[in-house]
Amino acid sequence: MLDFIQQLVSGIALGCVYGLIALGFVLIYKATEVVNFAQGDLMMLGGFFAYTFISQLQFGYWSGFALAVLTMGLVGMLIERLLVRPILGYPQFAVVMATIGLGYFLRSAAGMIWGTDDLKIDTPFAAGVIRIGNLVLAHDKLSVIVATVLLCAVLYLFFNRTRLGTAMRATSENMLAAYYMGIPVKRVVSLIWAISAMVAACAGVLLAPITFIHSNVGLALGLKAFPAAVLGGFGSIPGALAGGVIIGVIETMAGFYLAAGWKDVAPYIVLLGVLLLRPQGLIGMVARKKV
Amino acid sequence: MQFIFKTNYDQDINLVQHRGQVWSYGLLLALLGVAPLLLGTYLQSQLVFVFIYAIVGVSLMILTGFTGQGSLGHAAFLAIGAYTTAYLQSKGVPFAGAGLVQLDLNLPWLGASKLWLPHLGYFVWAGVLTGIIGAIVGFPALRLHGIYLLIATISFAFIVEEILARWESVTNGNEGLRVRSLQAWGIEIPTNHVSFYYLCLAVLAVTILATLNLMRSPTGRAFIAIRDSETAAKSMGIDIAAYKVKSFAISAAITGLAGSLYAHKLSFISPEMFTLLLSIEFVMVIIIGGAIGLHGAVLGAAFIVMVDPLLTWVKDDVPQLVAGLASMLGAGARQAQALEQALGNIGSAAGLKGAIYGVIIMLFILFEPMGLYGRWLKIKLFFQLFPLYKRASFKRQKTYVKTERNR
Amino acid sequence: MSFFKVEGISLQFGGLTAVDNVSFEIKRGEIFTIIGPNGAGKTSIFNLISRLYDPSQGHVYFADRDITALPAHSIAKMGIARTFQNIELFENATLLANLLVGRHCHSATRLWQELMFLPGVRAAERAHRAKVEEVIDLLDLEAYRDKIIAGLPYGVRKVAELARALCSEPKLILLDEPSSGLNVEETDDMSFWIRDINHELGITVLMVEHDMSLVNRVSDRVLALNYGRVVATGTPAEIQSHPEVVAAYLGA
Repeated sequence: MLDFIQQLVSGIALGCVYGLIALGFVLIYKATEVVNFAQGDLMMLGGFFAYTFISQLQFGYWSGFALAVLTMGLVGMLIERLLVRPILGYPQFAVVMATIGLGYFLRSAAGMIWGTDDLKIDTPFAAGVIRIGNLVLAHDKLSVIVATVLLCAVLYLFFNRTRLGTAMRATSENMLAAYYMGIPVKRVVSLIWAISAMVAACAGVLLAPITFIHSNVGLALGLKAFPAAVLGGFGSIPGALAGGVIIGVIETMAGFYLAAGWKDVAPYIVLLGVLLLRPQGLIGMVARKKV
Repeated sequence: MQFIFKTNYDQDINLVQHRGQVWSYGLLLALLGVAPLLLGTYLQSQLVFVFIYAIVGVSLMILTGFTGQGSLGHAAFLAIGAYTTAYLQSKGVPFAGAGLVQLDLNLPWLGASKLWLPHLGYFVWAGVLTGIIGAIVGFPALRLHGIYLLIATISFAFIVEEILARWESVTNGNEGLRVRSLQAWGIEIPTNHVSFYYLCLAVLAVTILATLNLMRSPTGRAFIAIRDSETAAKSMGIDIAAYKVKSFAISAAITGLAGSLYAHKLSFISPEMFTLLLSIEFVMVIIIGGAIGLHGAVLGAAFIVMVDPLLTWVKDDVPQLVAGLASMLGAGARQAQALEQALGNIGSAAGLKGAIYGVIIMLFILFEPMGLYGRWLKIKLFFQLFPLYKRASFKRQKTYVKTERNR
Repeated sequence: MSFFKVEGISLQFGGLTAVDNVSFEIKRGEIFTIIGPNGAGKTSIFNLISRLYDPSQGHVYFADRDITALPAHSIAKMGIARTFQNIELFENATLLANLLVGRHCHSATRLWQELMFLPGVRAAERAHRAKVEEVIDLLDLEAYRDKIIAGLPYGVRKVAELARALCSEPKLILLDEPSSGLNVEETDDMSFWIRDINHELGITVLMVEHDMSLVNRVSDRVLALNYGRVVATGTPAEIQSHPEVVAAYLGA
């Protein structure tokens, strides 16, 4: 029983990381209907910047964290300006391929700049644990869970309660109409990419003590975060988090209770199963076109 | 400028619109036919890769370009074709021939079973089996669109990769399988022999011909109808489900055939050769080539296969070239050497291939969305209309995002 | 034997009743029009007949056969074709390609024959093309054969939509607001074509229309719909003077 709870907490923590990446997907999708396949690599880049600021330049954990997040915000805006803005409105497949290309480029560039070894950052959470009876919960895992829940709550309120959030949702439904309504579409899209990159950076820094920073970590996690986002239905912020946690728990449980090899495949099997029964994901919505 | 005066429905039905096309395609075929006699073995080998990639490109054109079903999982279909080849070959089945073979399979729930399999050679089985699996994949894909379909295909490919690594009794797991040279009707065709080149060329030509025939028939039109408006297609009597499954099956079958040739070309296959990167390479073929016509598949394949020699050239020759250039322009010997070293480091960096692929994809989508074939059409139009070609002929209209969630 | 009958059909979207117990019958060879304010359920009835929606209650009979539960793609083969209110043409294809798709329910070639393009396939293609040319001739679309739909003006696309429906050689054609977005001249042309396909080709027409002059000109019988319910059925003259119809839709 104890093992089960231990694994559950691990799974939830891992799921929160997937959820954060999935959150980044969902944010960009909600604003521009683009699926950013490079989201995992943005997370990786955030981790690398954090490494530079915290360990190489010795800025200290929290300042380094903040600087990394801000830098990634700028990177997000740069990507939006150079790559995304010219191709918005192209068929979705083309835009998706462009982000895949971006992902490959970021991965290789990071590998060339920071090298291909695993890097570590010193965090204040690294060593601490909470003990409840015989249960041992590591601080770094708990910090991931707490931070994710906080971020999700903030972003959910932002999207559903503020005017800017509504403007973003309008932009993704019909950009031309959004222009006509006076929404500063270009600024809105820029902002959403910046926010998404910053969320990815948070994920990267929070994850660093758990998996180390490596240029390929973005692809591996990004590929797992897809099932998470799809499970949650791609249009919903709480859905992204729920999807992420479900995938994380399934993966950890499969790794613990089933034979080797099932750990990596189980999330995909679950995903295909869900898509079979509900093609729009668990919370997703597909409106019918009026003909 | 050529003006074609049409007096006959056949002129629209035929594959070639006028005699000039017969000459130009004939010339191309002739050139490809004599190429192995003129080019060295390295280029001949690269051309074989171009043919194999082009075959997969054509199959992807059918599924994605014409039916609108995006797929990032075609490496899995290639793998199924390749492994069918390797496995059946190890049981004594020839490339082409006829007979009966006994298989001992260790199936998941049925345990050890003996199966008598009639065959026409493993080439046919590679296509048929992959086609059947493609049809099976097509069924759940019926209700999926856009990004959900892409992710489902990625998941499918990932699961196939795992199965290949785990089903060791058939696939030998991560150790991989050797593929011996091709045997058909008693004749042996070694992989680096010129006859293998002609075989691949023939398969490509037949595939392109069959696809062109498909697209000028009711089935091909049904595919395009499904891509452009499912509602209207249904009202015209097109059974969407049946045609989507057909499209998946045909596309998978062709890729399976390519997989068989691929297995022979590499003479050794293992699960880690059939990754997401390979699927993405195939999609790059049609993006770079242009998703407008089958020419795009061939052009894109040629481009992709050229990336590897390009990388080698960048690694080996470019640093010296640039250093030489720098010394010519007056840089000191030490600076020239430092420059050569720096470029050499970049050139040998492990991830350079990925970076170059990434940059190529982004540049093509940004600046050349119609691909190389589109660029070729624009150039042709320029010469046809000379000197009246207008610069704004292909100016892109500003496009806006309109949600694809309403279907 | 009844040609076409709708019996007690209802459609509910959640709490909203779009179509409420609608019944009517169409005789072979007549032009039957449905009128009513926006949101009355006219297009929903079309969608029920062409099986894009499933009714919550009721039946649809065509040539005495119950088609209420058939899949959408079998309707064309039975001889029912339709046009769409917001044109659903294949934007990236030529007009000719669009019209040839309209012949799909009459194609009998199998996949393996098509891959090899056997002489039988070629003969079938020629036959389809001949039939399509008849429709092009009828609707004066010769100039637009090889043009991509995306570049055509709205009036031409409306006619192309009609042409594609005609290519399937229907016995009953459903026209959803054929004159919406057309100017006076184009509406006149449309009225002539509707009469032509009815008199010359013998096709029964079921139409949804807002333009009352067009309705009066071509219709044999009219059905007035309001809030998903039938208000009145009769000749155009009867409907024009019906007090409830006037109150709900036509105005004094």
